[in-house]
Amino acid sequence: MYDMKALYEAESVQDAVRLLEEHPEAQIIAGGSDVLVQMREGKRAGVELVSIYGLDELRGVKLEEDGTLRIGSLTSFSHITKDPLIQKYINVLGEAVDMVGGPQIRNIGTIGGNTCNGVTSADSASTLHAWDAVIELTGPQGVRLTPIKDFYIKAGKVDLRPAEIQTGILIRKESYEGYAGHYIKYAMRNAMDIATLGCSVNVKLSADKKVFEDVRIAYGVAGPVPMRAVHAEEAGRGLEVTDGNIEKIGDTVLEDVTPRDSWRASKAFREHISKVLCKRALREAVLRAGGAV
Amino acid sequence: MEEKKNPVMKHAVMTDPGSGKQYKLVRCRINGVERETMVDVRASLTDMLRNDYSLSSVKKGCEVGECGACNVIIDGECYNSCIYLAVWADGKDIRTLEGLMGPNGELSDIQQAFIDEAAVQCGFCTPGVIMSAVEILESGKEYTRDELRKLLSGHLCRCTGYENILNAVEKTMKKRLSEKEAAAGQTAE
Ligand SMILES: Cc1cc2nc3c(=O)[nH]c(=O)nc-3n(C[C@H](O)[C@H](O)[C@H](O)COP(=O)(O)OP(=O)(O)OC[C@H]3O[C@@H](n4cnc5c(N)ncnc54)[C@H](O)[C@@H]3O)c2cc1C
Ligand code: FES
Ligand code: FES
Repeated sequence: MYDMKALYEAESVQDAVRLLEEHPEAQIIAGGSDVLVQMREGKRAGVELVSIYGLDELRGVKLEEDGTLRIGSLTSFSHITKDPLIQKYINVLGEAVDMVGGPQIRNIGTIGGNTCNGVTSADSASTLHAWDAVIELTGPQGVRLTPIKDFYIKAGKVDLRPAEIQTGILIRKESYEGYAGHYIKYAMRNAMDIATLGCSVNVKLSADKKVFEDVRIAYGVAGPVPMRAVHAEEAGRGLEVTDGNIEKIGDTVLEDVTPRDSWRASKAFREHISKVLCKRALREAVLRAGGAV
Repeated sequence: MEEKKNPVMKHAVMTDPGSGKQYKLVRCRINGVERETMVDVRASLTDMLRNDYSLSSVKKGCEVGECGACNVIIDGECYNSCIYLAVWADGKDIRTLEGLMGPNGELSDIQQAFIDEAAVQCGFCTPGVIMSAVEILESGKEYTRDELRKLLSGHLCRCTGYENILNAVEKTMKKRLSEKEAAAGQTAE
């Protein structure tokens, strides 16, 4: 038995918002792979829960008329990886979430939970940052959108206002069209492990594949929340696609990352692999974009 | 992928006025049979399967989603039932190891392979691993050894060292695939 005070099951998004207004102390549970574990650990013991797990309307990936990819917040990791639209337009997201935990965790864990937990090591978060994802939130005042970088406030805290739930994650056409990316999760084990560092990059090359028209570099565990390496991106834009330039971009990430010492790894090691992973990921992304180094 | 729609009507949570405890009528299919029971909303699916239905193949190992000992198949996909609320099972199709038994108590091919390959020692992890194997085998796909390793990575086994488990799953996969091929060949003739 879980130590919970009460459970309210939402029947629709509007019902979830109403339940959250009615029970202001209640916490949202989606797949529960963070919430239930923390309840067992005693961290969330005795709380009231509003379950949104039954809201099938928040599952699945769609292509909207303007080309925006909409990922319902309750879509599980395994369904994202298997989805043909994800495979076609942002395959790297499917690859990234295929590195979460093990198969059973990927069936229960949702992308909404992975972003609303505010955790820097969340495997989807760096890739969503790299693709300029937009977070859709539904609350008592209706729907609002916020860029993912503004959604994260501090470690474990995201911009969810009272009685709001995250209903979707949007990737606009201009964010994915012409880009190719790669995600590297550095961990001690190949499965059932949390990232020591995660690096997700994507590039847009010129028509002749010789120049970096755009470079996006994002990290998890390089700071208290997932982040973009803005200096390194700026340094890379407009450069010729050469091995030397990839080295240069990778070395510049030290101006952006602010990792810390933890039992998993030291700050110095994380700084070192921030550079190495960025360079490796860029080389692979260039190949995927049809270029060569 | 299309999500399955619930085949039966959803039920509401009820509060017992005396104790203040909340209950829900959970109706679901378990190993092919329609079942229903009132469950405490605080129960995990492991609690419900073990306590209400005596399905003791569903083990309590870590109870935090790490070890896979409580793994069951829900609507065709594997879930660790320790971190799945029993109330969510309403309307679902659930399979546990007990459901693999033949009409006269026979073992299934994958269970026999675990015995033949010495993939069982203490047996605590075995029901969970076999349910993952069932999902793998029923996909009808052929996987490499590395792919199988990844597909089984949600299970901890403290006894076997995993190699014999991989052997048993790989052997059964190959056997089923060659049987399927032979059957297809026969109908073609
Ligand atoms: C064994 C194990 C291994 C794991 N390995 C990994 C791993 O390798 N990588 C990784 O990134 N994660 C891992 N996780 C963590 C977890 O599976 C993920 O963070 C998952 O995405 C959480 O999703 P959920 O639906 O289960 O969230 P829940 O536990 O239901 O919720 C998580 C948080 O988000 C909030 N929330 C959820 N959905 C919404 C919503 N739609 N709107 C508003 N708030 C919401 C909840 O209130 C809660 O604070 C692991 C967990 C376990 C148990
Ligand atoms: S008991 Fe459920 S995963 Fe360990
Ligand atoms: S056989 Fe003992 S844990 Fe696997």
